[in-house]
Amino acid sequence: MIDSALLVGFAAASVRVGTPLALAAVGESIAERSGMINLGIEGAMLAGAFGAAVGAAHGGVASGVGAAVVAGLLVATVFAAVAVAARADQIISGTAVTLGATGLTGLLAQRAFTGGNLSLPILPVVHVPVIEHIPLVGPVFFRQTVLTYACYVLIPLASALLWRTRFGLELRACGEAPAAATAAGVHVGRTRALAVLMGGACAGLAGAALVLAQVGMFTERMTAGRGFIAIAIVALGRWNPWGTAAAALLFGGATALQYTFQAAGSHVPYQLFLALPYLLALAALGMAVGRHRGPAALGQSH
Amino acid sequence: MSGTALAPDRTRSLLQATVPLGLGLLVLAGFLVLAGFPVMPAVNALWRGAFGSWYAFSSAALVHATPLIILGLAFTLGSKAGAINVGMEGQFAAGAIAATWVGLHLGALPAMVAIPIVLAAGLLGGAVWITAPVILRIKFGITEVISTLLLNFVGYAAVSYAVTGPLQESGRTYPQSDAIAASARLPQLSHGSRLHLGFVLALVTAALLSVLLRRTTWGFRLRAVGAGPRAAALTGRIPLTKVAGVALLWSGALAGLGGAVEVSGVSYALFQNLSPGYGFTAIAVALLGRERPMLVLVAGVLFGALEAGAGAMQRDAGIPAVAVQVVEAVVIITALLTARRSA
Repeated sequence: MIDSALLVGFAAASVRVGTPLALAAVGESIAERSGMINLGIEGAMLAGAFGAAVGAAHGGVASGVGAAVVAGLLVATVFAAVAVAARADQIISGTAVTLGATGLTGLLAQRAFTGGNLSLPILPVVHVPVIEHIPLVGPVFFRQTVLTYACYVLIPLASALLWRTRFGLELRACGEAPAAATAAGVHVGRTRALAVLMGGACAGLAGAALVLAQVGMFTERMTAGRGFIAIAIVALGRWNPWGTAAAALLFGGATALQYTFQAAGSHVPYQLFLALPYLLALAALGMAVGRHRGPAALGQSH
Repeated sequence: MSGTALAPDRTRSLLQATVPLGLGLLVLAGFLVLAGFPVMPAVNALWRGAFGSWYAFSSAALVHATPLIILGLAFTLGSKAGAINVGMEGQFAAGAIAATWVGLHLGALPAMVAIPIVLAAGLLGGAVWITAPVILRIKFGITEVISTLLLNFVGYAAVSYAVTGPLQESGRTYPQSDAIAASARLPQLSHGSRLHLGFVLALVTAALLSVLLRRTTWGFRLRAVGAGPRAAALTGRIPLTKVAGVALLWSGALAGLGGAVEVSGVSYALFQNLSPGYGFTAIAVALLGRERPMLVLVAGVLFGALEAGAGAMQRDAGIPAVAVQVVEAVVIITALLTARRSA
């Protein structure tokens, strides 16, 4: 009995910890399908986290979530301006955007939270009536915060957008063969910019989930590479929102292991668990290979 | 190769290097105003910390410039071959761990022997850290961008483990290692200064890389692969993946050397957060130096001064040092945008 309680606790923690990763990765999968690899989502997520903390401190959790989305969009706009409009190298521009967001949030946090931000309101856990009582599935998936539920909605929505709409078809064409897309009358730049902005909004939400559903405060550099992990997750999930969500859950599990082992009083050095998600991501990159190469024009400017 | 024809070009390059930096500082000043920080004390502290005195310049700016130059060259080496090494933080950490481990055990050896061993350990540590990304790229065609990036975080965890586990100081109190043997430390360049032999090593590395890239077949192949992989492959004489893989491996090794130089010349022990983000700052250094080794040197000194100034800004004006990353971001983006136009 104790074992199954432990298991449910672990699985629920995996979902909670996996939520920011899934949100960021679903958004990034849209951007990458359009041919844009955005290393700036690490920065967009950090900006989202900062926005969430400031918004929540001043106007409650709803303002926090709203501010997070706006912050993520702002960061993505900079990336879109440099990498889409000015056609600069995507990898380097993304790195620069993340650097800038790290510096700026660090600077602004000094001003915003000088008195400490211990009184930050956080998102409540919402029990979904009836289905929360389904054995295993209920307590694991349906006793979470509203941002996890938003993720459940976003995944099929993103999937439908990519494969069931004309816009999705055009978006994927931009990622596979931008020259052909142009010839077919698709405005590649505009489509890619939109995809990047969607990715930015999702990364902002991911930052909100990190602050408002997990950590409860903002600290400098608090995303600690989660945005980069999300990029590996997209490859592991084969550039498809459903696969991406499953991969995010796996990474949530890898991170949640740490808490479970610590609670069990294990003597394995905790740094091993700190490194585990990154090592797993590396292994995932190796395994994802050969079966799916990803969009043909990924990372190429047009 | 006529020197007179190159001179105006060099001057223009230097000018081009100051414009992005000036723009970056302006943007930072703008944000300081917006956030309500007092700007003049900040600018004052920044200037004093960087260029305020010969001591500040040599013992702070040039000391910070040393790892930035070495890492900037590491990035340049990979980038010239079309490989982007964004994992220099991790390789720096691995080089620092290896150098510390070796440096703790070399007490009996004279400095002439001990120092080269420490530096070699750093090179090896960095090379080991980038091995997996190199294999993934060569064997499976997986981009080194994500793999090197991910290993940064493993590197942070490895340092954290080392200084609380196998390499923790004998007192077992603080998360740091014991000091390395005196003979394993890089000597200071002049008495009372903190500037150490590592700076000279950085200068030599830049000169060496410049010659290697311009004057050797190896350098030519490397640049050919980076500039036009398809054309390089069509010649049938350049093993494409091998050239890029070797360049990436050396890029990692150089970044590891940076970690060894930091331990052996500055900290004398392993700490967490040994690098305040040098691995990323160095990308800005390399781009500002337009990926030419001798210009990377100049850019490294400018950014070393900026780091030193940021430290002073944090101490004297209470502005978090991480704010200089705004300047770095602006520099990178400006360099990207202007490089495209002048290319």
